Amino acid sequence: MTTLAFFDSIPWEMILWAAGKSLFVIFGVVLPLVSYTVYAERRVSAAIQDRVGPNRTGFPTTLLGFKKDLQLFLGGLGQPIADAMKFILKEDFTPAGVKHFYFWLAPCLAMLPLVSLAFIPFGSSLFGEKMVIADVNVGVLGIFAVTGCSVYAIVLAGWASNSKYPFLGGIRSTSQMISYELSMGLSIIPVLMLFGSMNLSDLVQYQADNGWLLLPLWGNGLSTERWLMLIPLTISFIIFMIAVFAETNRLPFDMPESETELVAGYHTEYGSMKFALFFLGEYAAMIVGSALMVVFFFGGWHIPLIPDGNGVGGLSILHALPDWVWGIVNITAFFGKVAVILVFFIWVRWTLPRFRFDQLMKLGWLYLFEIALANIFLAAAVLAFTSK
Amino acid sequence: MAYIVPRPELTFKEKAYLPSILNGLKITFGHFKKMMRGETKVTMQYPEERWDAELPEHYRGAPTLVKDEHDRERCVACQLCEFICPPRAITIKPMEIPADDKFAKVEKRPAEFEIDMIRCIYCGMCEEVCPEQAIFLRKDYAITGITRAEMVHDKAKLYELGGVFKGLVHKWNPEK
Repeated sequence: MTTLAFFDSIPWEMILWAAGKSLFVIFGVVLPLVSYTVYAERRVSAAIQDRVGPNRTGFPTTLLGFKKDLQLFLGGLGQPIADAMKFILKEDFTPAGVKHFYFWLAPCLAMLPLVSLAFIPFGSSLFGEKMVIADVNVGVLGIFAVTGCSVYAIVLAGWASNSKYPFLGGIRSTSQMISYELSMGLSIIPVLMLFGSMNLSDLVQYQADNGWLLLPLWGNGLSTERWLMLIPLTISFIIFMIAVFAETNRLPFDMPESETELVAGYHTEYGSMKFALFFLGEYAAMIVGSALMVVFFFGGWHIPLIPDGNGVGGLSILHALPDWVWGIVNITAFFGKVAVILVFFIWVRWTLPRFRFDQLMKLGWLYLFEIALANIFLAAAVLAFTSK
Repeated sequence: MAYIVPRPELTFKEKAYLPSILNGLKITFGHFKKMMRGETKVTMQYPEERWDAELPEHYRGAPTLVKDEHDRERCVACQLCEFICPPRAITIKPMEIPADDKFAKVEKRPAEFEIDMIRCIYCGMCEEVCPEQAIFLRKDYAITGITRAEMVHDKAKLYELGGVFKGLVHKWNPEK
């Protein structure tokens, strides 16, 4: 093969689209969403606890000699920027006695959940291009494989810190993540049984045509099969949600960093940007979990009566506008749904106290695992009973 | 002897746990809603909202010096406040009033009167001890500065904060 032929054989257009979409999703949407989720967490927790929360961060123009600070961002919306500045400018201190390579590797691995965003269809299509970075047939498996790796960040951080509290946090997180990974994987099987494929963008397209899995109101969603499937699917949804809470170390299950028992758990010895990476990784994992819930159960980018990016479906009067408008509306709808679930995450965190560790294990192994397993047979029975 | 902790019998609803979670979510949402509607009383937003109008009569703010209605310094530089000041925040340098001055009869006045506001503990002993009622704790509480020198109130600053105090000094007032 000549050099020229080799260059011609590279699918440049596909590579450019993939790079563009990755840049858009990660830097345009998810990282801002992460920082503003942190802000929302602080404001919502404050409101729930009858406090005010961060409400006044602006630009410190007084440092430049002006009389007053510029309150450009109303209500403290500049807070995430200030937080990021603080983390970046802090001294990056490495304690003595840590295992250096793994100590540095762990915070990098903590950002791994962002990789699984590649499989998630975040919009219908824009200018004829599907809005998913990697449209592969093993999407579900890929996501579980990548999120399964995120436990390494915590385990390595706990072990490499060479200190007892991080070590305990790391051990706890290993057992917790392995336990809940099982019920998470099993709980999603009824969805795959109903749909019969692991391609996430096809799954969303199916829900757009035939009703969301938890809202079967149009297409073949009005059949007896789909309404009977609501029972196993609701059970699936509840188990999946609980498992996502456990996988992302959110509050009722935040054993690895329970600050009342373990100082700060696995990231006790970390400071400055290395700590920030753990922090951001946790929120990125939350976003991935919420995105999965939206894709599996709430119809992904689809809103009833709104056409998709190819001008298919929806009210005919809406086709007067160009298709790319609806493509953007679909992307917004997807991240809007994700944001609603994120607020629910925050709401739960400031409502529930932490489980005891034995309660956590008991819940995971004795209840959720069994219920998820029985749920598969229930779904199979429903499908066998209703299919001709 | 072992003591067996009595455990309450839980009903199925309590054991199922999810109803109680929903209850908890309802309670926290109630707080959230009240906050959003502005029904919750929250902390005063300090620099914008202030409590100045409600400060009580006996509030002890920054110590200040006062003049009387004839524009005479009431302080006669007796240095009682300097000696009683627990953190030794006050420094007085007395001077004789020259014979050709309008208030030559008073004999003495402070040449320098400095209160170090970093040291001042706002105890009010200077006000209590002053025989001439020349020093008063006023209601200024936001005493700030960028340098230590800025935090030392000199005579001019103290008179500026204090202003004029009219009326008979207690020691000449038979009713007091």
